[in-house]
Amino acid sequence: MTRVRLWQLGIVGTAVIALELLCRLGIINRFTMIPPSEMVLALGRVVATAPWFWPDVRYTLGNLAAAIALSAVGGLLIGLAVHAVPRLRRALDPIFTSYYAVPTFVLYPLLIVFFGIGPASLIVLGALFGIVAMIVATMTAIDRIPVVLLKVARASRLGIWRTALLLKLPAASPHLMTGLRLAVAYSVIGIIAGEFILSTEGIGRRVALAYNNFDNQTMYALLVLILAFAISVNAALGAFEQALHRRWYRS
Amino acid sequence: MSGRVRDTAPAADIAPAASDVHVALHGIAHTYPARAGQGPVAALGPLDFDFRRGEFVAVVGPSGCGKSTLLEIIAGLVTPSAGVVELEGRAITGTVAKDIGVVFQEDATFAWLTVWDNVAFGLRRAGIDAAETTRRVDYALAFMGLTEFRRAYPAQLSGGMRQRVCIARTLVLRPRLILLDEPFGALDQQTRLLMGEELLRLWRETAATVMLITHALDEAALLADRVAVMSARPGRLIDVVTTGWPGGRDSSLVADPAFGTLTARLWARLREESKKALGAS
Repeated sequence: MTRVRLWQLGIVGTAVIALELLCRLGIINRFTMIPPSEMVLALGRVVATAPWFWPDVRYTLGNLAAAIALSAVGGLLIGLAVHAVPRLRRALDPIFTSYYAVPTFVLYPLLIVFFGIGPASLIVLGALFGIVAMIVATMTAIDRIPVVLLKVARASRLGIWRTALLLKLPAASPHLMTGLRLAVAYSVIGIIAGEFILSTEGIGRRVALAYNNFDNQTMYALLVLILAFAISVNAALGAFEQALHRRWYRS
Repeated sequence: MSGRVRDTAPAADIAPAASDVHVALHGIAHTYPARAGQGPVAALGPLDFDFRRGEFVAVVGPSGCGKSTLLEIIAGLVTPSAGVVELEGRAITGTVAKDIGVVFQEDATFAWLTVWDNVAFGLRRAGIDAAETTRRVDYALAFMGLTEFRRAYPAQLSGGMRQRVCIARTLVLRPRLILLDEPFGALDQQTRLLMGEELLRLWRETAATVMLITHALDEAALLADRVAVMSARPGRLIDVVTTGWPGGRDSSLVADPAFGTLTARLWARLREESKKALGAS
């Protein structure tokens, strides 16, 4: 384990212990927050006893998987297409740059009109959160492909599709992974927040219900679950991305 | 100057029989179109030149004289503004012909593939069967001294080894014309000499026609049968020097007094052109 990683764990551990002490000593009101150890125990109870838990987890994960797939594949294809037309790219660049300055939730009423209340709206909302990160990462990744590899592709008489599949895609993959990580992170935000406001099922919906019913045990248990999930997925993708970079580059 | 430059070799050597001509350049010229803030750039020519079958030709010239453009035109990667390239009597201008292998100066290894898979890349695309692919790749790796690194990834290799991977990837396809664009440009002098010897070995083994672009006059003088000297931009041929070395030459030639004379002659032809190029840049 690197020294940096030890520092990271130390900072997180210290923060958790500090929260635990502040809650146990009553400095933070239990009505506001329960101690982290109780959050973990509450999560164990929810997992073991709540009849809605596994169906809601399946619902949320299903929506999330669909949103990630849409943003990753859609972002990749749109990124490739826009990159291939420089004028289109110049026209769209300012929109992509300022995209995340616009609150995507303002589109929520439109999504309801087009897709109704249900998984489809949620999936589209999640995909809208993630797709632009993937589009921008795709274009950046293609920009970074060494020109000499494209010359090799031409000298080898590879066609457009073989060049894309056999050279461009693998050569761009370390930078595409950065886009995928962002797309996953944004999609998680979109799905959970979407369930919070426009769903009748899912973990986000359960958090909202617990919040409205002052059920701190369940609410914090689910927040711990969401945090653990998001951090784990991000860490796994990050480790994969680093492994690719190590293999690709000497440094 | 667009006419054919007279070779310094004996007359019989100057005009090869038509059947001996592997690649013929007729009136090749190239101008890069205007870009923002810059007018059109006349990069090359016009020039005429014949590559004889199985010959090793080095092309030297000042920086920016269009050497790489010339190579890319012959490879079919760039369509010349004027002129025609003939490969074995057939015009190939603007198309990438079969039987041409290109090695670039930059690292062109595929970082995501092992050394073995890098070398096998072209064979698999060409649909060569697995047994033949294995045989050719193993032979090329042994030839280039890379067998023990067959499972390594390019990032684990030195610059010279990665360039050898690129050469091996070209070699396995058995091209009849090998185009090398300053393949040793990023290497130190000792490695360049050794790589030059490997290149000579490869040339003798394959009997391919080789065109080597280089800015190192000693490298050109050592390796080539003929050295084509180009002017400052737009690059034209100002001299073609026949080295007269035996086919079985190696780097021990650098101790030969004739090697020094040859290198000095090349420099004498290039000195003024290099000054012009510096002044232009």
